[in-house]
Amino acid sequence: MLLLECPYCGPRAEIEFRYGGESHIRRPGPHAEVSDAQWADYLYNRKNLKGEHRERWLHAAGCRRWFNVARNTVTHQVLAVYKMTEPCPLPDDTGAPVGDPSMTPGTAMGGAA
Amino acid sequence: MSGRRLDAGGRIDRGNRIAFTWGGRTLHGHPGDTLASALMANGISIIGRSFKYHRPRGLIAAGLEEPNGIVQLETGATTVPNVKATQIELYEGLIANSVNVKPGVDFDLMAVNSLFKRFIPAAFYYKTFMWPNWHAFEPSIRKAAGLGKAPGAADPDTYEHRFAHTDVLVVGSGAAGLAAAAAASEAGETVLLVESDSELGGGLLAETAAIDGTEPLAWRDAVLFALRKRSNVTVMNRTMAFGFYDHGLVGLCERLTDHLPPGKRRGPRQRLWKVRAKRVILATGAFERPISFAGNDLPGIMLASAALTYALRFGVAPGRRVLVATNNDSAYHATCALHDAGVEIAAIVDSRSEGSGAAAEATARGIPMIIGGAPIKAKGRRRVKGVTIGHAASGRTLRTMDCDTILMSSGWNPVVHLHSQSGGSLAFDEALGAFLPSKSAQAAVNIGAAAGIFDLDTAIVSGWAAGRGEDVAAPCPIPVGPTRHFANGDTRAAKAWVDYQNDVTAGDVQLAARENFRSVEHLKRYTTLGMASDQGKTSNVTGIHILANLIGARPQAVGTTKFRPPFDPVTIGGFAGRAVGDNLMPLATTAAHASAVAAGAQMENHGSWLRAAFFPRAGEDEHAAVTREVLAVRSSVGLFDASPLGKIEVKGPDAAEFLQRVYVNGVRNLKVGRCRYGLMLSEHGIVYDDGVFARVADNHFLVGTTSGHAAAITDILQEWLQCEWVDLKVLVENVTTAWAVVNVAGPKAREVLAAVGTDIDLSRESFPHMAYREGQVGGVRCRIQRVSFSGELSYEVAVPWQYGRALWDAFMRAGQPHGITPFGVEALMAMRIEKGFLHVGSDTDGTTMPQDVGFGSSMAKKPDDFIGRRSTMTPEGLRPDRRQLVGLEVLDGGDAIETGAHVLAGDGAGPRATQGWVTSSVLSPTLRRPVAMALIERGEARIGETVKVWDVGKSRLARIVEPRFYDPAGERLDV
Amino acid sequence: MTRRYSALSLLREGVNGQRGWEPAWRNPQAKARYDAIVIGGGGHGLATAYYLAKNHGLTNVALVERGWIGGGNTGRNTTVIRSNYFFPASAAFYDFSVKLYEGLSKELNYNIMFSQRGMWTLAHDRHGLEMARRSANAMLLNGIDAEFHDEPSVRARIPGLNPDPRFPILGGINQPRGGTARHDAVAWGYARAASALGVDIIQNCEVLDFIIEGGRVRGVETSLGAMRSDRVGMAVAGHSSVIAAKAGLRLPVSSYALQAFVSEPVKPCLDTVILSPATGTYLSQSDKGELVIGAGLDLYLSYAQRGSLPWMERAAAGVVELFPRFSRLRFLRQWAGIVDVVHDSTPILGPTAVDGLFINCGWGTGGFKAVPAGGWCLAHLMATGESHPLARAFGIERFETGALIDEASASGIAH
Repeated sequence: MLLLECPYCGPRAEIEFRYGGESHIRRPGPHAEVSDAQWADYLYNRKNLKGEHRERWLHAAGCRRWFNVARNTVTHQVLAVYKMTEPCPLPDDTGAPVGDPSMTPGTAMGGAA
Repeated sequence: MSGRRLDAGGRIDRGNRIAFTWGGRTLHGHPGDTLASALMANGISIIGRSFKYHRPRGLIAAGLEEPNGIVQLETGATTVPNVKATQIELYEGLIANSVNVKPGVDFDLMAVNSLFKRFIPAAFYYKTFMWPNWHAFEPSIRKAAGLGKAPGAADPDTYEHRFAHTDVLVVGSGAAGLAAAAAASEAGETVLLVESDSELGGGLLAETAAIDGTEPLAWRDAVLFALRKRSNVTVMNRTMAFGFYDHGLVGLCERLTDHLPPGKRRGPRQRLWKVRAKRVILATGAFERPISFAGNDLPGIMLASAALTYALRFGVAPGRRVLVATNNDSAYHATCALHDAGVEIAAIVDSRSEGSGAAAEATARGIPMIIGGAPIKAKGRRRVKGVTIGHAASGRTLRTMDCDTILMSSGWNPVVHLHSQSGGSLAFDEALGAFLPSKSAQAAVNIGAAAGIFDLDTAIVSGWAAGRGEDVAAPCPIPVGPTRHFANGDTRAAKAWVDYQNDVTAGDVQLAARENFRSVEHLKRYTTLGMASDQGKTSNVTGIHILANLIGARPQAVGTTKFRPPFDPVTIGGFAGRAVGDNLMPLATTAAHASAVAAGAQMENHGSWLRAAFFPRAGEDEHAAVTREVLAVRSSVGLFDASPLGKIEVKGPDAAEFLQRVYVNGVRNLKVGRCRYGLMLSEHGIVYDDGVFARVADNHFLVGTTSGHAAAITDILQEWLQCEWVDLKVLVENVTTAWAVVNVAGPKAREVLAAVGTDIDLSRESFPHMAYREGQVGGVRCRIQRVSFSGELSYEVAVPWQYGRALWDAFMRAGQPHGITPFGVEALMAMRIEKGFLHVGSDTDGTTMPQDVGFGSSMAKKPDDFIGRRSTMTPEGLRPDRRQLVGLEVLDGGDAIETGAHVLAGDGAGPRATQGWVTSSVLSPTLRRPVAMALIERGEARIGETVKVWDVGKSRLARIVEPRFYDPAGERLDV
Repeated sequence: MTRRYSALSLLREGVNGQRGWEPAWRNPQAKARYDAIVIGGGGHGLATAYYLAKNHGLTNVALVERGWIGGGNTGRNTTVIRSNYFFPASAAFYDFSVKLYEGLSKELNYNIMFSQRGMWTLAHDRHGLEMARRSANAMLLNGIDAEFHDEPSVRARIPGLNPDPRFPILGGINQPRGGTARHDAVAWGYARAASALGVDIIQNCEVLDFIIEGGRVRGVETSLGAMRSDRVGMAVAGHSSVIAAKAGLRLPVSSYALQAFVSEPVKPCLDTVILSPATGTYLSQSDKGELVIGAGLDLYLSYAQRGSLPWMERAAAGVVELFPRFSRLRFLRQWAGIVDVVHDSTPILGPTAVDGLFINCGWGTGGFKAVPAGGWCLAHLMATGESHPLARAFGIERFETGALIDEASASGIAH
């Protein structure tokens, strides 16, 4: 059972949270201008990284706010926690500088609804 | 008959006698005994039979590593199968029996299996039982397998869960653990010290060496006295740390009543603790290894450390004439202590050619020693009678000796289970011949024997250091001498047991290596070594030694199998805790629940809600009741508790813009005070929910959802706002349980509502269908939507939840002149099917898109993007042969079609390929004929076509029709 | 040396001290060139290698496995075999798999202990009952055995069910041909048979990279050196994204831990496989007597093959809800496998954007039952370059066309 540091409430047990999948995915649009391939990539394809993974979590049984977590998917070690509107404080895994506008909000809703 | 109670010694209460029943015989023991020690004191040698060959087996160990002494504890509903006799504290009236024996442990017919042993080695079952097929053999094999019996009745006990947070968790209350707890608490940290045994002290309970000149137990008492004075220390016995999980979480199982006679047990049986510790100190000790030699499973052969514990802690001698076989010094101390307790020692057989530095104390006691020797073969049938001793290096027979007990000591395995579970790595230590904890992956440290520190004083020092957060000293292992390796071809391996409970011998390890099962995991899975209920605590390392030798690899390269929780088996009910019965998922009831029950409602689960299905009167079955309720609504008026329907407030300057992106329908142009029916999709284009949304004010909407989705949709809306459209200024709140809702429906609904009393103008012109109004009803603030799922004039009246029951009762009173009839979910469903209204979840599934349920044109009219829109435009979404929602009428005058029946081509020719299925169906109370809705390929274009409806082999003819069976023009709504 | 397994050969070897058995599979040296390379020594990879040799005569085949064969999900599942699927494409594929399983012990001369003791799926409310009926009808129309039972019939056939459950038991579907098998034996049986046909099974051999020239696969770089082949198939569920990324491919796959639990062994007390959709718990009893219990997926991405407490609690609560008398049994062991989750719970089996590289992944929580058919179809694809008719709907292109086969939401059952 993970211990996650909600940026609004502090450390809480995994059972208070809901996982929301990979973060920093841009939703393409408008609908009429999006190809089937682009849409499928947004909706279904995932990095699914073994190692450092940036993902979003909801403090469902607490403040009900979403936030981002960088977590190692092998050890489950939490590397960083940051708000939805903040860039990841860790170096980008593609080498881009911190605060790259492409890393600020805009996230796939593939898992939702 | 060899074990016996010593005249003195032990931590048992000799002044009190306890009667217990073993295999139908009444025996006696003392408080402080375990079942194992009491049986041994009564001279019982054979406690169980082995799993496969049913060989007689006695106790090997004194702790939870025991592989043989498996019993069925108690009878009836409180029985527990497979408990180790070494873990059962003796209590008055205890009843225990052997497991897996026919008829009894002393004479077991299944022992015939051992005659065929040579033909049924490890994994033999993969090589046979294929003709005619496995099913011909499986039932008898299943009957033969299994140990104890599952209880026949529900568990009468309760279990509970607790959380705890601590700075330091110390697992194990031996000398090292006590020192660690003392040191950590001295510095002011909160400390939780847990011990799985009933008594604290660990190895100190069978220790003779003094600590700082103090008797070991006096030292323990002094430390405990100091610990108990500190308010920052909690000490728990009978509490086993069973699992070390992520982020410092350790699971504990506290046994609260198992040690009491059944009649005296009160409260929960066990408590599962989830402890989050900043640091974990593992003082889990070590298990002694048995020696593999032919016949080493005979009763009377046990671990040297176990014999020491039986003698010193329980005052029981394991036998009358004891031979000790060892390859290390630790057994010398045990032997001398046994000797001093009055046990005759036949000899110490030491495999080391140079002998032991500890020999002096044995020599001083006149104990004979055979240096460079090892046990080759034990003799005896129901108990060991003697042993052939050979030259350790060559195996050449040296001599035979008579004895009724053989003690084995082949070195020690540190208990690395929790360390390994936490992600820590292991390293094989050549001197110790076992795996030691290496790197920790969490804030955890091993001390004492668990860390390979076998010197008592050094172990205490390691505890002090760990408690203070300092580095722990290097291991000081007990070096082991030669152990017998069973080279390929050594036929004595066939009867040299490695895993006692699963009947795996060194010969089976040879067989696995020969057949290329050389990975340690393959060895385990092929031979079942280490898969028994002791999970290989005494056998794994021995097996790894033998395999490594056979394949010419080092044990480090062979490695271990994964250590998995739980460390020792934990009750399933303990994990379930209070989440049983109605607590498994809390049930929600509506505000008017009691009134509905009083009216005779038949309640049913709908997700987490308990809702009235129908209100049967005396003599009515479901169909009769539903028919009466429907006809009442159609002809006069009925009352329905609609409180569980989802209600979500959406407020803010961007509320309309937001919902415009959420709904398939247009939202922006909805006028204040009006309602609209809308569909929501998932981003995958699948119909997810439907409901009515109302515009309360320019920047304020009330979103209605199906009752099961209220919370989920709130979450989804929040997710879009927080994660995607962060620029939109919108507030979303689920108010479902803030408002109780009654739905008054039927031609007389307006009159009843007026009779209850409201300040809202109910006239057709000022409050038309699909309008929303606020005001007062019966003197209470209310929100009213004039919407209808029944097809009749209908108002959904919402009041603050606490007035829900009063509102229901007020409507029932006011409706009396019109014969107001409470109706349930089933009548509502019947009416909406008559109307052909969509019910998401029934008439849609995970493949249904809006164009399949008649929303194609309204989507086409909307220019904007919305959730899921792009997914509806894929080639699949545009296929002309998609399944579409249509109506079905049967032509045979029979009963309703079964929902879930499939639709086949009407001509009956061709393959039986499904063209769709019936999604909703009812024998219409109003029309008195069956009507149904179905998703059918190209259904809209096939109106009028006759198809076959197929259900579990029976088919009926039906006609595809428009799904509007009752009042298709909707005239009854506009009144 | 004894190769053939039978009661007679066991007798002979019994007399002989069990010393004459051949290794179950050879330990060959890796060659530089193969006609086909299969990545992944789990059930699907081993079956692929076997069928390449058996059905297509391709025997110059290497199977490379990073660890030990059968060590991934093949050795970590709850061993359920069934074909109670809804859509025709899934039903045909999985039932073919069940049929292969039915003959597998004899085919491989290895007893995989396929025990067809029935696979029950309960229905807990009116809607569940309707969906169960819909599923049973779909199965029957697809030629699959299915029985629809009302509550008394369910209770008569599964003794010990909770008389007063939180989630009522209104009925259920049974697939009598469903059941369980010995998972390790499936891996070992295929390995032994493939090896006997000439396939090189190379353990402790990690694929480090693909050799791709001009958009076409030409082999793999491994920890034991390069192996060249123009046909490479990957069956590495749990690590599909990681391996595919080495070929520059993005997959619609997420890796989650699926936990399972066993109790201590007890005498026979449950003679079928039972799934309760309300709690997500399913259980059976192994031939050894252990209750084998599965529950839902852990809720976050993970490559850690270990269990966690919350699911153990949920699984336990699910067991007690179904069978209150099992409350006093004890969990012996918990573990986890890493499964490939795709949106529609349907596998991906087909060619990729790299010519000559074929993929078998996305089995979700139920890959074990598909081992024979998954291997059969991947072998067909590798040998002929064409998708097998049974797997034609499983191509990765369906995520673009939208032609998903959404079994989970169609049948209301976790797949």
